[in-house]
Amino acid sequence: MIKSLKKQAALAFLIASSTLLSAHADNAGTAITPLPKYQQECAACHLAYPAGMLPAASWTHLMGNLTKHYGTDASLDEASVREISGWLKANAGTYKRVSEVPPQDRITKSAWFLRKHRDGEVPAGVWARASVGSASNCVACHGGAAQGNFNERDIKIPK
Amino acid sequence: MTRIASLSLTLAAIMALLSPTAHAITPAEQLAAYSAQAGTPAQAARGEQFFTTKHGKDWSCASCHTAIPTVDGKHASTGKLISPMAPTFNPQRFTDTAKTEKWFRRNCNDVVGRECSAAEKADVLAWLLTLKR
Repeated sequence: MIKSLKKQAALAFLIASSTLLSAHADNAGTAITPLPKYQQECAACHLAYPAGMLPAASWTHLMGNLTKHYGTDASLDEASVREISGWLKANAGTYKRVSEVPPQDRITKSAWFLRKHRDGEVPAGVWARASVGSASNCVACHGGAAQGNFNERDIKIPK
Repeated sequence: MTRIASLSLTLAAIMALLSPTAHAITPAEQLAAYSAQAGTPAQAARGEQFFTTKHGKDWSCASCHTAIPTVDGKHASTGKLISPMAPTFNPQRFTDTAKTEKWFRRNCNDVVGRECSAAEKADVLAWLLTLKR
């Protein structure tokens, strides 16, 4: 009995500390396990961008306009749209910097994104490299992006 | 007892067939269905032509899937890898009608600016099925 209580306490501690870790500035909301449907439908074409990187208003707008999704038709059946939208909005960014709707609902045009990737941080010309392609290609430098890892120490900028 | 068991097995089989998530079908069956819908036999050569040329917009099918889609392609805007379209090289292709329809709807809209006709889908699928090792 006491042993199992100890085990439970240890487990509770683990859960609490991982929650704290996931609240770290560089990983805000990114360590949440993606909804399988989100993974299946959205990550078929691009990284499963962390829900916490856009405010709920942006997700609502995006999910309501899937036929015109950044130059492609990404339309989905109604049930899938409802399921994915609900999950995205429930996990959307709420803290001050992410709560602002960025231009065109683009993560890469968010004030916090631009500041973190400003000239002094990311050398000029990196974005134009074939190995990077565009700012939306997180995984080019953040190798663990698909797993929600955007830690600064894990960044490797490709040649 | 055995009767009840076999009855429930039969019921389970029927449910599996009717289930909206079960779309198990072969590429050949999908081709047959599109051809029947078109009311005309599919032409692989016409499918190749359709796949590899542009239709008044920025992209052709080949822009993302490559001109001979027996190999990985790359999404023209995100760069994400796309596994081969030819069923011989990727047995998962054209085995789920809902998935096939979803992608034809989206991609035809991007490439042609409208949905594809059953004849066009049949032609493309007929051509993809000619691609062998």
